[in-house]
Amino acid sequence: MTDLTRTAERPERLTGETSEGAQELVARTETSNDQLGREVGAVLRLDGVTLDPREVDYERDDDETMIINMGPAHPSTHGVLRLMLELDGEFVLRTKVVIGYLHTGMEKTGETLSYVQGATNVTRMDYLSPVINELSYSLTVEKLLGVEIPARATWIRMLMSELNRVSSHLVWMATNGMDLGSTSMMIYGLRERELILAFFEKTAGLRLNLNYVRPGGVAADLPDGWEDDIEVICNTIEERSYEYDQLLTGQPIFRNRLIGVGAITAEEALALSLTGPLLRSTGVPWDLRRSMPYLAYDQVDFDVIVGTYGDNFDRYAIRLNEIRESIRIIRQCVQKMPSGDYRSQDPKVTPPPRARIGESMEALIHHFKLFTEGFHVPAGEVYSAVESPRGEIGCYMVSDGGPKPYRIHVRAPSFTNLQAMPLLMRGASVSDAITMISTVDPVLGEVDR
Amino acid sequence: MIPLPPLAPPGVLFDEANACDVACFPTPEQYLDLVGAFKEDGFELCVDVCGVDYLEFPDRALPEGVRPTRFEVVVNLLSLSKKQRVRVRVQAGTESPRVPSLFHLYPGAEAPERETFDMFGILFDGHPDLTRILMPEDWEGHPLRKDYGVGHIPIQFKEAPGPR
Repeated sequence: MTDLTRTAERPERLTGETSEGAQELVARTETSNDQLGREVGAVLRLDGVTLDPREVDYERDDDETMIINMGPAHPSTHGVLRLMLELDGEFVLRTKVVIGYLHTGMEKTGETLSYVQGATNVTRMDYLSPVINELSYSLTVEKLLGVEIPARATWIRMLMSELNRVSSHLVWMATNGMDLGSTSMMIYGLRERELILAFFEKTAGLRLNLNYVRPGGVAADLPDGWEDDIEVICNTIEERSYEYDQLLTGQPIFRNRLIGVGAITAEEALALSLTGPLLRSTGVPWDLRRSMPYLAYDQVDFDVIVGTYGDNFDRYAIRLNEIRESIRIIRQCVQKMPSGDYRSQDPKVTPPPRARIGESMEALIHHFKLFTEGFHVPAGEVYSAVESPRGEIGCYMVSDGGPKPYRIHVRAPSFTNLQAMPLLMRGASVSDAITMISTVDPVLGEVDR
Repeated sequence: MIPLPPLAPPGVLFDEANACDVACFPTPEQYLDLVGAFKEDGFELCVDVCGVDYLEFPDRALPEGVRPTRFEVVVNLLSLSKKQRVRVRVQAGTESPRVPSLFHLYPGAEAPERETFDMFGILFDGHPDLTRILMPEDWEGHPLRKDYGVGHIPIQFKEAPGPR
């Protein structure tokens, strides 16, 4: 096999629409230079500095190294991620990420669902932050529609997405603890998350995959006594976040396994299109909630947490502190929550109240039209992005004026962030590789869609 | 309106009638130069690359002078310093769509371009590893093309014969 097999220079094979080439990591002699550079984590092409990976570091011949598989069913890969590693003894020389084991064609499915049904589809992509997926989808549809959202709906969306961010980071704290051998953290993280899931169940009726944020507003108003529930959740989690400090932050074994491991620079992070905690850990203060505010994030007070060294410990510290910042935002949401409608009163977008269907012919027609055909959206194309716990989640949508999106594409942060794996892994030991996967925090449902 | 970057190739078409950001419509020849000019101009992050198959929607709104083709590659760029987004839409072709790869400008475009290739069969010249990423490597066809069928499970009514 030569270089040509792996690039676009074989059109007769490619248009034959059959096998285009192997996805696996292959021997170095059979890999093109660019790809070899990717696999060893050489990303920067600054002026005059062109890294030729063949000249950099091959003190080992192919027959002295070993290519091993990690995953797709490895317990530490957080799903069905498969990594192929070329090892020199215990140290990683090259990495290739092989994904697609959870691909279910959700973008294709999205083209066959109406805009009303679409939220149930996108909520299943990133199953740890369903509200934020729905939010990105709903904001995109609303941008195309041009409908105004009532103030209360905006604040409920903020409240719910911050709760979701806390729960997602808590799962991360739990699984990261587990990967590093701290099984108590696993139990604590999931215990605290349960508080939030219980509130979700009370509000939306479901614990995961809520379908709560919909085009036009949210599905239901907050339940009676929600302020007290939120107060309990905030107080409990905030108090316990300081217990995590005692359990993990100062613990020597934990620190030694994280500090200085997997460091990246801001230039590398930007070149690889990384967003979220990975980018912020390198010191770039980029958080869409602050930099390009959506909803009402410009009216709340919070800090964007940034790191300094871009290593695993920074990413841990960022997520821990983001839990506290999110709780700050949640408390402000409770204080500032306006009264009023929780969804738009535009009958073209919002179904009529159940009671009106029995007495009003028009309400019945609107209800019937909405749930059979759905609403029509003006033709156009739009991209909008929000900050998910993992980075920028964007939705690109093309509408042809019909009741279903012509094309819906989700820019999944985990999918892009996984490109950092070869760079992070380079030179690390296999035991650190597990930490790297953990701190990138991929959600495979979103990677594969 | 965002002005074109100083190094942009001449004659790139613009459109700001869209719902959110500005879109540019370079030809495949101008595409790499234009994206490179945006990068020089401070658009540090290539947020996303995706494809669209306009087989069933050929009469979409495009500015005067853009010749629509079936496949379109859409690139979303982001400038952290200016807090701006810009969208580059390039008409990739109808029969054998192909555009140059952004890999040497933005290494982070590698995975999204591979996904676009996998889903639409759009070729990216200069891409280091243009293999399928989401589908199995021996899969036939490109699933997000509009002429690729959607599978379905027949609805089973009470007296209807079962699936087998």
